[in-house]
This record gives sequence, structure tokens and C-alpha cells, in this order.
Amino acid sequence: MLDVYFRNKLTELQDLSKLKVRKLKITNCENLDTVNEVPGCNSIVEEETNSTDSDEEIYSTDDDDDDDDDDDDDDDEGEEEEEESAKEGKTRALFGAIHPRNSVRCIRSKMAAIMQGIGAATALSSSSSSFDSKGFQLPSVKYFPERKATSLVVRSDGRLIPGSNLNARNVSGRLVTNAVAAKADTSATSTASKTGHELLLFEALREGLEEEMDRDPHVCVVGEDVGHYGGSYKVTKDLAPKYGDLRVLDTPIAENAFTGMAIGAAMTGLRPIVEGMNMGFLLLAYNQISNNCGMLHYTSGGQFTIPVVIRGPGGVGRQLGAEHSQRLESYFQSIPGIQMVACSTPYNAKGLMKAAIRSENPVILFEHVLLYNLKERIPDEEYVLSLEEAEMVRPGEHITILTYSRMRYHVMQAAKTLVNKGYDPEVIDIRSLKPFDLYTIGNSIKKTHRVLIVEECMRTGGIGASLTAAINENFNDYLDAPVMCLSSQDVPTPYAGTLEEWTVVQPAQIVTAVEQLCQ
Amino acid sequence: MAVWFIRSVNIGHHLKEKLGLLGVLNNSLQHHYCRDPDAISSNSAYIFSIRRFESTKAQQQLHSMYEDDDQNQVLDFPGGRVMLTPEMGFISETPEQRVKCYRVLDDNGQPIMSSSFPEVNKELAIKMYRDMVTLQTMDTIFYEAQRQGRISFYATSTGEEAINIASATALTINDIVVPQYRESGVLLWRGFTMQEFANQCFGNKADNGKGRQMPIHYGSKKLNYFTVSSTIAEQLPQAVGVAYSLKMDRKDACVITYFGDGGTSEGDFHAALNFAAVLDAPVIFFCRNNGWAISTPTSEQFRSDGIVVKGQAYGIRSIRVDGNDALAVYNAVKEAREMAISEQRPILIEALTYRIGHHSTSDDSTKYRSANEIEHWRMVREPVTRFRKWVQWNGWWTEEDESELRSSVRKELLHAIQVAENVEKPPLADLFTDVYDHPPSNLYEQERSLRETIKRHPQDYPPNVPV
Repeated sequence: MLDVYFRNKLTELQDLSKLKVRKLKITNCENLDTVNEVPGCNSIVEEETNSTDSDEEIYSTDDDDDDDDDDDDDDDEGEEEEEESAKEGKTRALFGAIHPRNSVRCIRSKMAAIMQGIGAATALSSSSSSFDSKGFQLPSVKYFPERKATSLVVRSDGRLIPGSNLNARNVSGRLVTNAVAAKADTSATSTASKTGHELLLFEALREGLEEEMDRDPHVCVVGEDVGHYGGSYKVTKDLAPKYGDLRVLDTPIAENAFTGMAIGAAMTGLRPIVEGMNMGFLLLAYNQISNNCGMLHYTSGGQFTIPVVIRGPGGVGRQLGAEHSQRLESYFQSIPGIQMVACSTPYNAKGLMKAAIRSENPVILFEHVLLYNLKERIPDEEYVLSLEEAEMVRPGEHITILTYSRMRYHVMQAAKTLVNKGYDPEVIDIRSLKPFDLYTIGNSIKKTHRVLIVEECMRTGGIGASLTAAINENFNDYLDAPVMCLSSQDVPTPYAGTLEEWTVVQPAQIVTAVEQLCQ
Repeated sequence: MAVWFIRSVNIGHHLKEKLGLLGVLNNSLQHHYCRDPDAISSNSAYIFSIRRFESTKAQQQLHSMYEDDDQNQVLDFPGGRVMLTPEMGFISETPEQRVKCYRVLDDNGQPIMSSSFPEVNKELAIKMYRDMVTLQTMDTIFYEAQRQGRISFYATSTGEEAINIASATALTINDIVVPQYRESGVLLWRGFTMQEFANQCFGNKADNGKGRQMPIHYGSKKLNYFTVSSTIAEQLPQAVGVAYSLKMDRKDACVITYFGDGGTSEGDFHAALNFAAVLDAPVIFFCRNNGWAISTPTSEQFRSDGIVVKGQAYGIRSIRVDGNDALAVYNAVKEAREMAISEQRPILIEALTYRIGHHSTSDDSTKYRSANEIEHWRMVREPVTRFRKWVQWNGWWTEEDESELRSSVRKELLHAIQVAENVEKPPLADLFTDVYDHPPSNLYEQERSLRETIKRHPQDYPPNVPV
């Protein structure tokens, strides 16, 4: 069923193949373990086709043949945003059919994702790839002037269809080989104008939160130690002095009670954000989340909406013990009525936070304890990402690797090795855990025909299990090999460091799995 | 540093009671930003800093106060100073005397001599009485309808009519009600029509809830009555949240939430009370202590002296009233509302009553309690009769009015049931809407596959439900 749906949409798209895309400069980005990450993740392709039909250009502006868009990058972004809104109707017609949930926000998010892709296109030095919990001293990313003209966009809206654009293929091929040998080019860095600002992931969350609180006086934060203490992970630092004790509310230790409280407040018009100090503690709030958060909009006949955001750090950390290393996405995924998203970079953390706050549905935002100190350069301007979209981290040809949250970085590390061995993995950060972005995933599977899911969830009943089922159901015809899923074992997370490491999927396992699948 | 801070804030609070100085200071501050709601955000930070300043000031004053006392008698702990004692003594598990119960009318509907008498004029009293009778009749007829198989489920509020109607009377329409499930009378008072009640019970197209909940799970955003959710005590923290929302918006309204004696055993009850106290939330916790939680009597539910004593444990002002005395309930709720809004504090009201009916239509209470007991309460201690006696004693009600009311209500109800029975059920599309604001792709898929199945096997599909 989905297949027919997609096929129709793809033919529509192929008719619009004369799309012209802008070049955007690659900005610096410091990302954990994106060492040797192939540039080309979410960057733009410049097509040589001259599109005369300006209506169909989504991201077009007048000056498409500029090679030095250093200075006008900022202007262009602004222009694009204006043009976006002006072309909203048209673009909605273009994309609306494709993705029912598209809106201007979506389009802006695509722009934003492109920016982010540029940002995420990092460079490569030979820094080590091991995580260091003490300090994420990430290699600084250098600027590649030559990358400007040679980047590839693979968008979840499917604007580039494999086979429909030979240029893209060639470009892509070029990129792969370049990536391996790529080195930093420091000289050009200083001259380039850097847009955006650098910050850590928890700061990005805070920025998103603060912007939303400024924008809408109904937004409030509820949780333990979120007030003057600033939150255990400092996500709400300095918000209490700014907005007051009531808007950034410190609560007693009763997760079910303050989640219930947030639900009640949401039904009366506030937009609360519930912070669980650790996702595992939200198990106590499961009753409220399942019975009321997910249900009340439905059972009240649509009379009451519950625009609540529930967020908190989860996942396996560094020797935090079994109770503090839980992955709740698998438990929550069945609850009807809620949406789940997982952030993995400062860029998408801020975007998803804002989107979640603005959404009318209850959203659970999964953060990861070990990712809070990731540093990245994010745009200065406001952007909101789509809650139902997946993110193309690295386009490729041989195999689709689906992942989310921290495992993204393990996958990218493995990708490094894989590229050296001659494989070309396509890495997608699924981001939206409920509902799955089967559109992006489907397109990818149709291209590569092999799927590997890498997740941190437990084997039984995890996100990977659901995703495997969904893929098998919808894309069975396109698979050349069975879907493989790498996940944590069904054991409580042990405390001992070495044991803990073995419960989490490591890059070596990913490489082995890819080699196995691609035989 | 944190310990010192917590302590000083607590001392500040402690002194607020004692000296009243800080209370005055707070009131003036509250007053100040009452006039200028936009200045809340800036003021809250300001107020907070004032509070901090106050507490350190208070700390010094406290020091000076206790200087004269023998320093050994008092000790500092986080949470404030406590007096010491060399004698070991345990606080008894039961108080010497049970907390007294406030009532205004005696069993015969005569006002008790020394009672503080609430002002209830004729019009209000008659409306109260009419609604109590309507509620009683509605319960009887819907119960019978369930026994006849016309609706699937019902739960009566027999014996608790006074609680329902009188508490609703004391509130305004702006006060938000977060109910358990035995408070249909509150909705009735606010203007929910017979027809709407029937629609919900039959789950037809005209239902507010679009047929998604079982009978008696009413909800009306218009009347500020939250949709009933079957879970016990889960609405209590939500009520605190609503109060928090009202507090943020500085509205002249409070929240009332109802629960039974059984609900007080749930963790949510304790957490909610604690929260409300800490937050200074304007919420009225109304406990309908009707003696039974399905088959569990209160003696097996808790060992404390009812629920009212639990209020003080959480720092909440509480009162025990006679739940079968409409005027007492009215007075208590009115006063509680005043306190909740003006002082921004939670109030706990325990209303002692009796559940004359069964827990629900799935229950036969004669299995665990004697029929005599039920009869006694129905005949002798019934709240509607008691109130009627008072209204009649005032000369505001006659026997003719009584019979006329009962017959007209009965007729109206039967008609409403008949109409509701014949209204269409909600369409299939309503199965998938309102799960999210817009249905996502997986729900589209599921709806499509369901429709295909129905098209293929129309004979398996009920005919009176539109697709």
C-alpha cells in the first residue's frame, strides 16, 4: 500500500526534476566522532540544469551561479525564508502531496536541515574516536573551500531520486573518495565568515527552551531541581531567575504527581515541559502518561488538548548503574496518542525542542546522558524542525543504517572504517521514534536494498523490533537481505565499565554486521 | 550552602506565621502585581529575591527572639528549629477525640440552634432541591435502563446528592471541576441537560466525548468539568496542575476535585496534597467518605481518623462536614473557596456520607453489607429528604410541587433516553481522529485497511453505525 503511494509521488517528483538548488557554504562544526565523516551529509548539490521554471524552485534565488557566497550566505538564507513563505502555497502543493504533514515549518526545517548538514559536514583530522566522558574535546572542524561546489543533498522530501540525476551520482562518487583523504585546510578558515554560534547540546536545548518561553507566556517548566539549581544537566540553568519560580517550578519528588500536574495544567491552557531527572524515573509517571496524557484528548472527544512535552536524559551512560541506564523508548512506544522524538546533535536538539513545545500533541523528547556536551555550530536564526522527519546523516549506496541518539556516533565511527574498506553506507538518524518516517527510510531502502538497524534499546520489544516489523511489512520487495538489528542485550546494565561497554553496540560490531550483510 | 538556604527559607516561612510581618510584606507584593499581570515575570524574580532577603532578615530576628531562652531547649535542623524535650514520648496513633463534624441541620431538617447559618435564599434553595431530586431520579431511571439492557453501565450517586449539588452551588462557573466519577450532580447544576447525559450514556453521535468513553464518564469543557477518567485518584495531581495554571494566570477562580475514601490510599493522593501545599495552589480537595470502596469498608482502607487528619500532616487546612447536610456542605465549600483564592492555599474537606446505592451496575452490595444497614440510611439519614424538610419548613415547597417535579423529571428523562437511543452512533472516522491533532500516516493506513475490511465483509459490521 505504501509502495503504491510512494511510486505515485515519485513520478510526480520526477516531473519536477528541474530543480535548482543553492550552494551553501560549509560552516565549521565540531561534532563528536564525526571525524572523517563524509562531507556531503545534508549538504547541497548544485545542479547544472538551468531551471527556467522559477515556480518550481524551492530554494532558488537570483544568483545561482555564485561561487563566492561567503558574504551573501546570510542574506540568502533570509531571502530563502521569505521566499519560502511566499511560495508556501506552491511548495505545499509540491510537498504536500508527498508528505502529508508538510507545512512551512517543514520547509523551513528542510532549509535548516540543509544548513545543519553543511554544519555537520566536518573535517577530519586524525583525532581519536573514543568517547571521553570527562570532556568532549572535539577536533575542531576546518573549512573546505573546495567543498562548496561539490556537495550532495539527499532530502527526506525525496527531491533527489536515484537515477534521475546523473550529476548527483557522479558528485557523490567524487565525494566518497575525497572524504577518505580529506584533510583540514586551515588557511581558508579564518577568512570565511562564520555564521551561527557554537554551543553545547544542553545549551542548545536551553536556548530552544528559552526562545519558546519568551515567545509564549504559557510555556512553563516543571521538574525536580529545575529551578535555582538549574537542572541536573543544566538544561534549565538561569531560567528561574529570569522567569520566576512559578514558571520554572521546582517540585517535590513525585514523578507521577508532577506529570499529572503538568497534564492538568495543559488541559487548562498552559504548555508545560516536564523534566524527568533521568528518563528511568518517568516509569513512575507511566500511569499518568499512558492513561491520561495519551488518552484524554481522545476520550474527551477532542475537547481538551494536552500540549505537554516530557523530556529527560536516558540511555546508557558511564557507569551509572542499572536503574539510571534505562531506555524507555521501547516502553512508551505503544502508548496511543503520544509522539516520541530523540535528539542527537545540538542542532536537532534545539529544533526538536522547539517543535515539541509548539506541537499540540504530547511529545516525549529523549535525550542522552552522554551527548549533553556535544559542541556544534548552529544557526543564529530561529528554526524549528519537523517532529516526524528523519535526518540523512550520510548518503550512500550499499546499505542503509538506521539509528538514533547516541548510536549515531558509533555508526559514523564505523562508517569511517567501512569507507576505508570500500563500503558506502547510508546513515539515517531516524529521530522520530513514533511515528517512524517511513518515507525517508523507504526511499533509502529502495536505493540500497539492505538495512541494518543500530540502536541502544533492548533486543526484545525495542524500537529496532518495531522498525524491523514496519520495514518488513512495507518494503519486503526491496530487500536483498534480511533486516539486521543490532541492539543491547536483554540485561540490566551492569555497573562494571567493561561489562557496560559490551551491552552497548560498538563500532566494531557494526562494521562486522555491514560486511556480513553486504556479502 | 544549599542546606543553609533551605533552612533560611523555612525559617522565613515559619516566621511568617509568628510575626505576620512577612505576611504583610507578601500581601502587599501580591497586591502589587495583581494590578499589573504583565509584570509577573519580572516581579516573580523580584519577589523571589525579596523573599530571600526576608528570610535572612528573619533569621537574625529569630536569633534575637531566642536569645533569652535557654539555648539548650531549641535545636536547629534543616526545616527549622524544634523544641527539645528530655522525656521520651510517642504521639498516639489515635487522637483522644475524633475530629468533630460540622453540621447545620439535624436529622429532621431543623437548623441546629447554635449553628453559623449560611445565607441561602428561597430561589437558591429551591434550585438546589430541584437539582437534588433530578439527580436522584436520573440515577434511578438510568440504573433501570441499564438493568433493561439499554445502556451498558451506570454508577449512581444515591446518598450523595447533597454533596454533589451543595458543593456545586458554592462554586462559580469559572471554578474548574476535576471529578472522580460520582459527581454528575455538579454537572447537572452547571447546566448539562438530560439529553446530554443520555447521549453520553448511549455513546451516540451527539455525545461530547464522541462515544469514546463508557457511561457516566461525562466531560464538558464549556462547563469547566474535566472529562472523567476511570482511574482512581489520578485526577488529584492534575487538579493541582490546574490550580497551578490558575495561579499563573492570576484568575479569580479555584479548582475543586473529588475523590472517595478509597482514593486516599493511592499514592497520587498523597503526592497531590503535598504538592498543593508546597505550591500554595488554590485547590479544594473534596473527599466523599461514603464508607465503602466497592466492598472495602473504611476500617480496612486506613487506620487514621478518616481523611481530615491527613490534611494537617501535609500542611493543609481541613474540615470535616456532614455530607448529608446540604447546607453544611454549601457553607464549607463556600468558605473553602474564599480561602483558596484569597490566601492561595489548598483546602481539604472530608464529607462523611453513605453510599446507599451499589458501587455500580456491576456490583451487588448486599453481598458484603447488610440490607438493613442500607435501608436505614435510605429511610432515616437520606440527604434529599432532610433538605426537603428544611425547605418545607421554610414554607418554600409543597407536596404538590414535589409530585409535579418528580413526574416531570421522570417524563423528561424517559423522553431523553428514547431520543438518545435512536440517535446514530458516531461514524467510523471518529475512531481515528483526536488521537493526535492530525492523524499520522500509520493511522491513515490503519483506517484504510479497516475500511477495506468492512467493504469486503459488510455483513459482519453493525448496520446502525455509519461508516
